[in-house]
Amino acid sequence: METLEPYLAELPFLRGLSTEHIKLIVGCASNVKFDAGQYIDREGQAANTFYVVRHGRIAIEIFHPTTGPICIQTVGEGDIAGWSWLFPPFVHHFDSRAVELTRAIAFDGECLRRKCDQDHELGYEMYKRFAAIMESRIESTRMQLMDLYR
Amino acid sequence: MAGIDHTESSSTNRSGTDAQFARVVVERPSIDTLIQLLDRQGFRVLGPTVKDSVVTLAEIGSSADLPVGWTDTQDAASYRLIKHDRESLFHYTVAAQSWKQFLYPSNACLWKARRAGTELRIESGAQPEQKLALIGVRACDLHAIHVQDKVFAEGTYRDPGYVRRRSNMFVVAVNCSKANATCFCASMSTGPRATDGYDLCLTELSEPTGSSFLVEAGSSYGQEMLAQLPSRPATEADCAAGDAVAAGSIGQMKRSVDTTEIKPMLQKNAEHRQWLDAGSRCLNCANCTLVCPTCFCVTVEDRTDLSGNAERRRVWDSCFTLDYSYIHGGHIRTSPQARYRQWLTHKLASWHDQFGCSGCVGCGRCITWCPVGIDITEEVGAIRKSVKIG
Amino acid sequence: MSIPQAMTATSAGIDPMLPDLFRIRRVRPETHDTFTFELAPVQSGKRFSFLPGQFNMMYVFGVGEVPVSISGDATSTGLLTHTVRAVGSVTRVMANMKAGEIIGIRGPFGTPWPVQEAEGNDLLIIGGGIGLAPLRPALYYALANRSRFGKVVLLYGTRTPEDILYRKELESLRARFDLDVDVTVDRAGGDWHGNVGVVTRLIPKASFDPGNAFAFICGPEVMMRFTAMALQKREVPLQSIYLTMERNMKCAIGLCGHCQMGPLFVCKDGPVFRYDRIRDIFTTREI
Repeated sequence: METLEPYLAELPFLRGLSTEHIKLIVGCASNVKFDAGQYIDREGQAANTFYVVRHGRIAIEIFHPTTGPICIQTVGEGDIAGWSWLFPPFVHHFDSRAVELTRAIAFDGECLRRKCDQDHELGYEMYKRFAAIMESRIESTRMQLMDLYR
Repeated sequence: MAGIDHTESSSTNRSGTDAQFARVVVERPSIDTLIQLLDRQGFRVLGPTVKDSVVTLAEIGSSADLPVGWTDTQDAASYRLIKHDRESLFHYTVAAQSWKQFLYPSNACLWKARRAGTELRIESGAQPEQKLALIGVRACDLHAIHVQDKVFAEGTYRDPGYVRRRSNMFVVAVNCSKANATCFCASMSTGPRATDGYDLCLTELSEPTGSSFLVEAGSSYGQEMLAQLPSRPATEADCAAGDAVAAGSIGQMKRSVDTTEIKPMLQKNAEHRQWLDAGSRCLNCANCTLVCPTCFCVTVEDRTDLSGNAERRRVWDSCFTLDYSYIHGGHIRTSPQARYRQWLTHKLASWHDQFGCSGCVGCGRCITWCPVGIDITEEVGAIRKSVKIG
Repeated sequence: MSIPQAMTATSAGIDPMLPDLFRIRRVRPETHDTFTFELAPVQSGKRFSFLPGQFNMMYVFGVGEVPVSISGDATSTGLLTHTVRAVGSVTRVMANMKAGEIIGIRGPFGTPWPVQEAEGNDLLIIGGGIGLAPLRPALYYALANRSRFGKVVLLYGTRTPEDILYRKELESLRARFDLDVDVTVDRAGGDWHGNVGVVTRLIPKASFDPGNAFAFICGPEVMMRFTAMALQKREVPLQSIYLTMERNMKCAIGLCGHCQMGPLFVCKDGPVFRYDRIRDIFTTREI
């Protein structure tokens, strides 16, 4: 989508990518909107999409049988939600839900995986960026695990 | 002492640049006269005495209470008192404990509180005390008192009890006539000769027939007291004999600490394997901190009784105890090596940052009284050997 | 508006180990284990003053003493405010105390937040858990002297939404146009619509100029370490970052030895420290 290209080029997540690569990625992108409280993905479902939040907040949740949904992390403006599309069996490990009205760019993971298989340089750039996001999330999660405020 | 309020002119005058007082020689009966004079002037007279097979510090009434004819042999984890062939009064080194037990008592009432309904009254626990006369203070212990002055009397907050006791104290120093294997005052520049900080300084000139004492006043009050004692002027031979005593003691010293750049050496080597080594031997028993003349850590204890009274007491504590570093969630220093490292680094390095001097005076008590014979000079030496400075 | 100079006990000729008597005027429950005391001197007309970041030793008759930061407005001289978390023998007794009862207070002690030095810059106030309490007087100073600061940003993280300290106050602060407030929790149920995640995650998005900002951080030590790292990632110089440390304290006047952290006494060289001064201590275990 042509209108998305300038926005995507500005995203910190995609900074440094060549114009060709950005064009490739734009080909897999589309605008989406979620209402407040709407579930985006469910644990166990096929994972073929990831999102960049333009506005709003997405909660990553685990459903506990007796306690109900527990939110373990929220993802806000400019952040990425979803990496299960990168790793087989490409299945969601958690629920995700829009906490408030959320507008995001959805990326077709299947489409992008194919493009990365064909263009390994693109693949390298994508995995580098996702590795950094995951590193930051792991550090964050570890700190949450520590129950610091006990 | 710099920073102490001199409420009476009798305070121990520290400056060595005061008017030169002539040296004299006295015999043993003059020591008794001195003790009696001090007693009549209202001093509580304290000095070394033999008790429980050690030389310890306690109240003395005459020279007969001193360890007459006794000498000590101290080494790592070892202390022996032996009778020797002369009627000497001071032929040993440091007593088992130090003078800090009198200047900063191990268990003191800070204040008492009384509750009546929802009302509360708090009153200070300070009691009137006799002024102190210290007889037989070794050079290392004299330095230790100067070090504790920096802690208790020269900081932003001062301990009123310590300041009071120090400001009306009378000090009779004694120059050591021997050194034990544990002594290392020479390398710490704290002895064996007392240089200032005393009212009187004695050097025992020991003969088979008995001792005489070369005496030097260090303050006008000391001079006044000396003037009331039978004495004769010191001859050149007497002074030379006094110098020989000091030289002899230095010659006997076996241990030493190289203090060159010791602060960065210890502070930049917090992960040195020597700490683990020492920690594996250290029992964390706290003996060293109890006998050390400069250690000052205390804790407070709050007590109540059944009739609505509460009391807060200050009690000696040690950085070797586990609870010393407890905060909500746990202890900061749990391992023995971390606690040993804290004590030694504080004593020889951090003390410089905090008080502008070393915390160690080379008295060697920690080596003698460590049940497993950990030697501070060896530990420091082991680190220095394996570390490049600069 | 300036803060009255805090007195040190020796300058007033007072024995610093003797508590002054204060009466509890009001007890405010904050969370399930945290409460706030508002205290007034028993002796009428007696004044007290403190600087933001300082602490008192609070004494409960017959039980003992604990160091607690002062958490009220430093310009209000009438009431002394302390927010306390019930975690030990003294604080658990305090949690059951009522208005009218007496607490012994010694202080104020310690180094303050450098609020005046921070003027002319953006100010980041970052708290974790109960750590918001010692920061609150600094926030009040900034708001009372708002024109002297650039951006003022408050970031706060705690365990769950139920553990948010001063919640109503935070909500009304959030409504101001001259203050950014962002709150996060470690975990939440389905009815929380705010951020979930560790407080360091709020830093990349906070709006401030790293080259002209001061940061005051207070919370569990691990949180402070990671927060300082996150600030460094945004190129805030080490000399602009301040933390407040906690160690065992028995006297608060630098004479009992317990609070030593390397060569520093937390009670008199701290508790507020500039980060570059204590960074090495953070990387040394059991110091």
